[in-house]
Amino acid sequence: MSIVIFTAVNLLPGDFATQILGQGATDEAVASIRKDLGLDQPAVARYFGWLAGTLQGDLGISFAQMNFQSNLGGTQLTTVADQIAPRFANTMFLAGVTATIAVPFAISLGILTALFRNTAFDRAMNIGTLSSISSPEFFLAYILILFLAVLNPVFPSLSNIFSDMSFSDRLNKTMLPALTLTLVVTAHMMRMTRAAIINLMASPYIEMARLKGLSPMRVIVKHALPNALAPIINVIALNLAYLITGVVVVEVVFVYPGIGQLFVDSVKIRDLPVVQACCLIFAAAYILLNLLADVLSIISNPRLRHPK
Amino acid sequence: MTDTLLKVRGLKIEGRSDETWNPIVNGINLDLKKGEVLGLIGESGAGKSTVGLACMGFTRDGCRISGGEVEFDGIDLVNASAAVKRGLLGKRIAYVAQSAAASFNPAHKLIAQHTEAPTQHGVSSRAESEEDGVELYRRLRLPDPENIGFRYPHQVSGGQLQRAMTAMAMACRPDLIVFDEPTTALDVTTQIEVLASIRDIVEQFDTAAIYITHDLAVVAQMADRIKVLLKGDEVEEADTRTMLSAPTQDYTKSLWAVRSFQRPAKPKPAEDAVPVVSVQNVTAGYGKSAMVLHDVSFDIHEGRTVAVVGESGSGKSTTARCITGLLPPVEGSISFAGESLPLDYRRRSKDQLRQAQMIYQMADTALNPRKSIGEIIGRPVEFYLGLKGKAKRDRVNDLLNEIELEPGEYFHRLPSELSGGQKQRVGIARALAAEPKFIICDEVTSALDQLVAEGILKLLAHLQDTLNLSYMFITHDLATVKSIADEVVVMKEGRVVEQGPKAEMFVPPHHPYTDLLLSSVPEMDPDWLTDLLAERGVDNIGDAAVDKM
Repeated sequence: MSIVIFTAVNLLPGDFATQILGQGATDEAVASIRKDLGLDQPAVARYFGWLAGTLQGDLGISFAQMNFQSNLGGTQLTTVADQIAPRFANTMFLAGVTATIAVPFAISLGILTALFRNTAFDRAMNIGTLSSISSPEFFLAYILILFLAVLNPVFPSLSNIFSDMSFSDRLNKTMLPALTLTLVVTAHMMRMTRAAIINLMASPYIEMARLKGLSPMRVIVKHALPNALAPIINVIALNLAYLITGVVVVEVVFVYPGIGQLFVDSVKIRDLPVVQACCLIFAAAYILLNLLADVLSIISNPRLRHPK
Repeated sequence: MTDTLLKVRGLKIEGRSDETWNPIVNGINLDLKKGEVLGLIGESGAGKSTVGLACMGFTRDGCRISGGEVEFDGIDLVNASAAVKRGLLGKRIAYVAQSAAASFNPAHKLIAQHTEAPTQHGVSSRAESEEDGVELYRRLRLPDPENIGFRYPHQVSGGQLQRAMTAMAMACRPDLIVFDEPTTALDVTTQIEVLASIRDIVEQFDTAAIYITHDLAVVAQMADRIKVLLKGDEVEEADTRTMLSAPTQDYTKSLWAVRSFQRPAKPKPAEDAVPVVSVQNVTAGYGKSAMVLHDVSFDIHEGRTVAVVGESGSGKSTTARCITGLLPPVEGSISFAGESLPLDYRRRSKDQLRQAQMIYQMADTALNPRKSIGEIIGRPVEFYLGLKGKAKRDRVNDLLNEIELEPGEYFHRLPSELSGGQKQRVGIARALAAEPKFIICDEVTSALDQLVAEGILKLLAHLQDTLNLSYMFITHDLATVKSIADEVVVMKEGRVVEQGPKAEMFVPPHHPYTDLLLSSVPEMDPDWLTDLLAERGVDNIGDAAVDKM
């Protein structure tokens, strides 16, 4: 994984030196910056240097920081870890708020559409969620800003949060991006819930539950849902991973200081240590969430929990 | 009013397929008194289950009641609202499904599913119904009744699940229970135990029941009256003894006569004859730890049928996998016509592979649904015999003729366009296509109706006579053994407990396990179960008896 990230990042055209100096750079200036940053070393040496540092918890120092500091003669260097930490916390906060709203919302909608399947309600919900997942994120974001910030000023349209804000202020400012992301991720989870439940409705134990005279709601929630959990959990994990790694557009629209913005800015100036660290975090998020999903799937299945 | 509990008049049910409604049931009448047991019998597609469910006011998705009336204790179930029906289902009318393993929710413990109906219908509290559940488990003679309810369905055996499901149906002490083939999926020794338990508890609580099955001998033990169905129509109805002794309709008589097919015994093979297949001291297992087969040996001679019988899990199919080389044995040897075969099929020559073919239990899953019948049979013809073009087509046509399917009509059909019996015939033709000496038939008739199964057995017998084939016939059905076997091998827990010529095997004295198997096969005598229980006692039948050995 680390090799893939390192190679991909190094394949980007140009490097930090050419980007920062622009078109009129002299070869000497480029070479000097490269020398300062260690970019004159062969790629393999740089990879192992980076890998060794990362394994010891040292993600390195941002090129931008190094360059800035050395030019001004400063001594206090901010590490990549220090740079990423607050941004990552913000991203996790946004993902957390979104998940808290979206997951129960999507699962409830999935259950309701399965219960009233093929009715007008079911169709309306499917059309609604599919339209929201099909629209570009910035479009959804501006629609929400229009209705919830401009016409009815419920939430602020800018989400520039700071570390010393109170929790309620943060929550208030985070609401609009969270709602936008909710609209983006709901369709996937809702439709999987609906499909997984409907898939089970023909099974003999559901027929048995109906023949016990149970209400349709109880049949679905008590008899179908527990057996449909595994696919639903997996889709939730996939969407949570997306919330951590793929929300650049929404962050930009709402000026939300998350890790996505940092990532894009760093790619622009070829700030390799930061880019690599972000990639590693994204990869780790995917792996950990999928691992968690697998563990939860096993826990939700009595056959795996209690072997014969 | 009389004591009529259920009254069905002119019941018509339609099923939806290809955008049109086709009749499934065409006007059935049915009366059931309180405490009475009615047997519904017929072949698959006769509409038994559909009628049974309609008696509960329920139709499966894609079906609808298109006419007639169903009246339960004065309540019109056809026009009743969903809420009224929900109030009755589970409380006054209960259902016992064919496959308890599939009909228990895998996500909940047995007792939680047991208490659901009583608590939801407000009949009793959770604690009360749990206590009652334990009592019912005890009455149904489930082992460890106090704790078995706290297991998940997958932790309990099939026969035990079926009894737990009967207990669940009894939870609200309903007036009517619909039993939909409750013992069809069980071994004979397990079946007898479940039958005895069901009959007992239905009598104890004076519950009326509709007992659906395709097995005449079973229904004879359970029902007061029998109704015979054929393709959605009623054939006849009479009380059990009259029906068994004097059926009036030809169809019923043909059902009764199915078990009469019997092949004449063949002379014993010569002492020095080389067996076609010889299994010697085979021990095999899956993975490294547990061995499934222990020291299994038997011979199969030319032109003869060896029936391997035993319950599920006794190692019958594993033996077949060892012979075909799919599962190389850990110890022992397999030889073919005196020549020792490599144990792994990958090291056998094409000719060695050709000589032994297999026919499977589920013709549905054993035939590639995307290939036409001609392609399915043509593949081994080309692979083993190297025939192409017209020669291949002629050979396939010959094979289709041999299995009594008209080539012109069936060559281009897909498996989904055939009936169950026809699919099994195609399976036979595919095995014959390789021109083998030896065919393993793995439960080939278990999934078929009796009349169809008889046709398949006759075909196999005919092919054996004309082509001098040897069969290894895996089955759990002793009636099948009686009709076509020359030799019998009885297996239990991966060991051969007894083997010998058929004539000797059906005459005592037996190994106790063989004796138990033989005595557990229901007979067409309404007193059979009662007599057997009186003779052996409830503790000496079924799994309990197996465990004692």
